[in-house]
Amino acid sequence: MVVRRTLVGIGSPQELENALRAAYYLADRDLSTAAYLALALGKPLLLEGAPGVGKTEAAKAIAGVLGRTLLRLQCYEGIDASAALYEWNFPRQMLALRQQGPDSQPIDIYRDEFLIERPMLACLRRPEETMLLIDEIDRSDHEFEAFLLEFLSDFQISIPERGAIRAYERPVVILTSNRTRELHEALRRRCVYHWIEYPAPEREMRIIMMRASGVGERAARAVVAAVGRLRREPLVKHPGIAEAVEWAEAATLLNQQGERWPEAFRRSLGVVLKDEDDLVHITPKIDAILAEAGA
Amino acid sequence: MDAASPLAHLLGFTALLREMGFAVAPEQTMAWLAAIDLLGPQEIGDIRRAARATLAPPPERLAEFDGLFARYFLGTGGTVPESERSDESALQSADDLGLRPEPIFGDDTHESGAQATGAERLSARRFARGTEDDTLHHFARALPARVPRRRGYRWRAGRGGPDTDARRMFRDAMRNAGEFIRLRYRKRDLRQRRIVVLIDVSGSMKERTQAHLAFAHALVHAAGAVEIFTFGTRLTRISRALRLRNAQQALMRTSLLVADWDGGTRIGEALTAFLAIPRFSALARGAVLVVLSDGLERGDPRAMGEAVARLSRIAWRTVWLTPLAADPGFAPRTAGLLAAQPFLDRIGDGGSLASICGHLLDLARDKAA
Repeated sequence: MVVRRTLVGIGSPQELENALRAAYYLADRDLSTAAYLALALGKPLLLEGAPGVGKTEAAKAIAGVLGRTLLRLQCYEGIDASAALYEWNFPRQMLALRQQGPDSQPIDIYRDEFLIERPMLACLRRPEETMLLIDEIDRSDHEFEAFLLEFLSDFQISIPERGAIRAYERPVVILTSNRTRELHEALRRRCVYHWIEYPAPEREMRIIMMRASGVGERAARAVVAAVGRLRREPLVKHPGIAEAVEWAEAATLLNQQGERWPEAFRRSLGVVLKDEDDLVHITPKIDAILAEAGA
Repeated sequence: MDAASPLAHLLGFTALLREMGFAVAPEQTMAWLAAIDLLGPQEIGDIRRAARATLAPPPERLAEFDGLFARYFLGTGGTVPESERSDESALQSADDLGLRPEPIFGDDTHESGAQATGAERLSARRFARGTEDDTLHHFARALPARVPRRRGYRWRAGRGGPDTDARRMFRDAMRNAGEFIRLRYRKRDLRQRRIVVLIDVSGSMKERTQAHLAFAHALVHAAGAVEIFTFGTRLTRISRALRLRNAQQALMRTSLLVADWDGGTRIGEALTAFLAIPRFSALARGAVLVVLSDGLERGDPRAMGEAVARLSRIAWRTVWLTPLAADPGFAPRTAGLLAAQPFLDRIGDGGSLASICGHLLDLARDKAA
């Protein structure tokens, strides 16, 4: 197992945590440890958690800390090699062939200029300057998962016309999943794993204060309490961290325009709950929730 | 103390995890050891965090994992939540990680009908061998051809039809010096729609529960994408337990998993709980949702109506099969079922396995959308 003890000057989970904070991402100790281990051991990092807990944000922040270009591959059912790996630029190949005169040199239509790189290939060819994010892997189908398994185990792909392409150093790969289905055990065990929980109230408040500059401490505290309460309600979509930040911002904006406090939260409820059923369910309770949250 | 013993001590923990039904691969153990080396380790927390990250316990079993860790390394806090253990027989395999009752909803007392309900009888059930094996056997044979399907998003080469496959045509043309010689077509594959079955295991359904579970077992093995839940006073996902091929063993496993046999029913709350867990409600999206229940709701019938309405908007078809409909003069009369009726695609006879199987086989006649 190849171990890189330090990467861009980061030699411990604590240092990574500090660097992430400087990149406006508050990671807890568990996350920074998992991320550090993934980087050091050269393994992919698999982040799972409910929608809106900041999985993709974490990946973006890590890319920023490493100073790498983020290559994002959004998964969907039916995603295949030509979307994830590479594709030949057929029209260009065609034109090159047509332009060829009867006496000219035979042309190699499998040169680099005819190859369209997709995220996974780009990451293999430039592992030291890119980071691959495979987002929402649970949306892809089993075929793609199996295909990915091969990629993640030896970081090598083969293009029939060109032969195998192998990364000369282990690329940094982050996978995220909303856990709408179980991932294959083989995929899980190749990765370093971290389950992201909704943040503790104290930390969520710090996130809100950091992300939304104009929000006062009292408003942030109230939003955190109210959102925490909403997450215990049987809703179709529980508010994530992004929604909490937006709610704090929206309510603050309304307040600045002269709306009184609890009313400002109530009127901006639409940025937190975006489902008709959820609104119907919460509307009768919202006054009590806001009062309890000290809004 | 010889030099090998700290290593042996660490390896002892992975052995313990395996014994407790966690899947730990050798490469994970190696990663863990490398991680400990990397981290110092300065405190026991480093070892624990490294273990969580590299041994990847499923999130449902994190508490149990931490408990085991504390007991093994610190000799304290040794209260491993027993309820989270699924089974300790030799049947345990990597397949049923994270088997445990899913979240309990509500508390035991409920305003309306408190005297009749709430008795969660925590009992493991014994299953006798079913007598309806033949029906299920035929069902399992017939289902693969008649399971409802939808169009998937993965393209495949096709014989004809409106969609041309430009990529293949170009590729062919490259072999023919840039000449297009024939048209190529592609088509979208058909995929099986997921079938989600919710089985009522409350007291009023006592007679039917066993047959329903046998049916669920046959279904899990006959079709690929199937999810089975039981509900009474709590909601339990049993799909994995049923994946054991031997029906008797699978039903035994299930019986240990479900903690609310023959108790009360709070259908509305059970369905709401199903909807409230994004992981579960995602299973119902575009799926065939089958509820096996008599619809005798002890809770608020309006809640049940609302839940069914929401489910019907997520699912492709919503089917309610009740044993009460075995009576030819049947019309929904219970308040709950009346509230749910407008949102159901089908209310049918769930009185016998033959009729349940018939309804399932019938569904595929609705054309793939």
